[in-house]
Amino acid sequence: MILQVRDLRVSFRTEQGTMHAIDGVSFDVKEGEILGVVGESGSGKTVTLLAVMGLITDPNAVIEGSIRYRGKELVGLPQRELRKLRGREIAMIFQDPMTALTPVYTIGWQIAEQVLAHQKISKAQAWQRAIDLLAEVNIPKPEEAVHRFPHQLSGGMRQRAVIAMALSCNPALLVADEPTTALDVTVQAQILELVKNLQSTHGSAIVFITHDLGVMADVADRIMVMYAGRIVERSDKATIFRNPQHPYTSALLDSIPPLVGAKPHRLRSISGSPPSLLNLPKGCSFGPRCPKRFAACEAKPVLAGTVHETACFLVPQP
Amino acid sequence: MFLAVLQRLGQMLFVMFGISMLVFLIFFATPGADPAARIAGRNASPEVLEAVRISFGFDQPFYVQYGLMMKKIFITGDLTSFVNRGWKVVPAVLDTIPVTLSLVIGAAVLWVVFSIIIGVTAAAFKDTVIDKTLMILGLIGISMPVYWLGEVMNLITQSRYHDTWLFSWVPPLGYKNFSDDPKGWFLTLVIPWFTLSILYIGLYGRVLRASITEALQEDYIRTARAKGLSETRILLRHALRTSLISFVTLFGLDFGALVGGSALLTEVVFGLQGIGKLTYDALQNLDLPIIMTTVLFASFFVVLANAIVDMIYIILDPRVRT
Repeated sequence: MILQVRDLRVSFRTEQGTMHAIDGVSFDVKEGEILGVVGESGSGKTVTLLAVMGLITDPNAVIEGSIRYRGKELVGLPQRELRKLRGREIAMIFQDPMTALTPVYTIGWQIAEQVLAHQKISKAQAWQRAIDLLAEVNIPKPEEAVHRFPHQLSGGMRQRAVIAMALSCNPALLVADEPTTALDVTVQAQILELVKNLQSTHGSAIVFITHDLGVMADVADRIMVMYAGRIVERSDKATIFRNPQHPYTSALLDSIPPLVGAKPHRLRSISGSPPSLLNLPKGCSFGPRCPKRFAACEAKPVLAGTVHETACFLVPQP
Repeated sequence: MFLAVLQRLGQMLFVMFGISMLVFLIFFATPGADPAARIAGRNASPEVLEAVRISFGFDQPFYVQYGLMMKKIFITGDLTSFVNRGWKVVPAVLDTIPVTLSLVIGAAVLWVVFSIIIGVTAAAFKDTVIDKTLMILGLIGISMPVYWLGEVMNLITQSRYHDTWLFSWVPPLGYKNFSDDPKGWFLTLVIPWFTLSILYIGLYGRVLRASITEALQEDYIRTARAKGLSETRILLRHALRTSLISFVTLFGLDFGALVGGSALLTEVVFGLQGIGKLTYDALQNLDLPIIMTTVLFASFFVVLANAIVDMIYIILDPRVRT
């Protein structure tokens, strides 16, 4: 097991009260797997992974619970220790390649910077490594591309550069936060293909965040659905897509246009909007929007099951 | 890139031409005033007036007047002051340039170094006592008028505490040539340098802190953290580096203006014969040729400084290169 997260809670003190962004999340990431995390904006998927990276810098944030990377507890670890892991053991790919690179340095410089931060090699070797990495992510003419500044590359090329940078120290765990959301659909497909290929060559485990179920169906081995700071359903990809148990997962799947059969007059949407994290409903967070709501939903459901886990009273609760 | 620089220099010349035309029009083509009488000064005799009229070509069309004027300033350099009987204006202005440059460059070095230290420290310790103290000190620095601060400095270093060990090294007011006496040059300028730079240290420190704070919110800073870089490196190589772009803009404008005569108050207070002091004296006895030459000089310097800033931009910000 590469990553074990147990009962992670992240809350932010605000003027309106405490905001529970993550409310007791537990999950594991196995060596070499791709774990997909799905959820709407504000469901806590990004915050979860920022917590894993130790990148929540807000002084008003409170992080509780346990995050173990290969047995090593990360919660409460001093920044200096975390820094050694970040970029070398755990790397991150961000959503928007347009703003993720420092505008005043060449991409070669930025990749070499990361290599030099973690490995004792010469500048020339780091530069060569940058060229090799750019070649690996299929950037044409890598020995010229290292001299390019971020603004001189297209969005897809920049995301490739960001991926090359993330892979530069052969991380065991790669965290991808919606890496394709900001890209054109055709470029999206190329990037997904690239991520899958690199995953098989490097063998890194990947946590892939997205709100796009189509992307999820393409890359993920297992899927975890999040809603309002909690995990509501988790299983392998096929089970989630064929046999969703939580009404929220079903509703998400219903909002994708079907490939076969009659075209629906209107796509189904989920009525209402996600609850405010400052003021969560007493029982099931999805309750107020749930079409299958019944009396039991006044209490909080827990994530139950073995292979296919669901946090809903429609399935047997322990 | 070479072409961009060349183009920028061309633009600079064009702007300078426009300025010289404008200055000429303001001084010599203002309707209802006789420029000859103003150049000749108060109580000039009719013979002098006539001589001025012929010398400046006031009996000829105005483009000839403009040409004559520019020739007198830039080619022959024999523009003479009538108020100061035959004083050559161009050498007088040229003589002031080393004084002003010594003062302003020294002050600029001080203010760049100290404001970067203050801005970076304040940003690194944002919202702590260190940050607040530095920002209040900066505000005090901005609030002190330079003529008052200069007089206070003189009072302390030249008279009250001059005989103590602390300030006995301070030489009397005035400027010493670097080539004649490097040590004297340095010592006479130390107090003026600090006096002039304090305002800018405060101003630039505050501006830089704000701009670094803003840069630290950017996505690329999060990327830099995710790369596992140290906080110092993130602050200096990423946040400060990108913040320098706005810093340089401000610097170019202020530096150009100061060299062009805005250091007047400091020069007057410390008895330095710089371009500002020259303008000040010329204004006192309405010496029109000198005023015009210094105004031209001042605006040229602002334009030149801006052109230099644009070229530094090309180095600092790759986005403007292509």
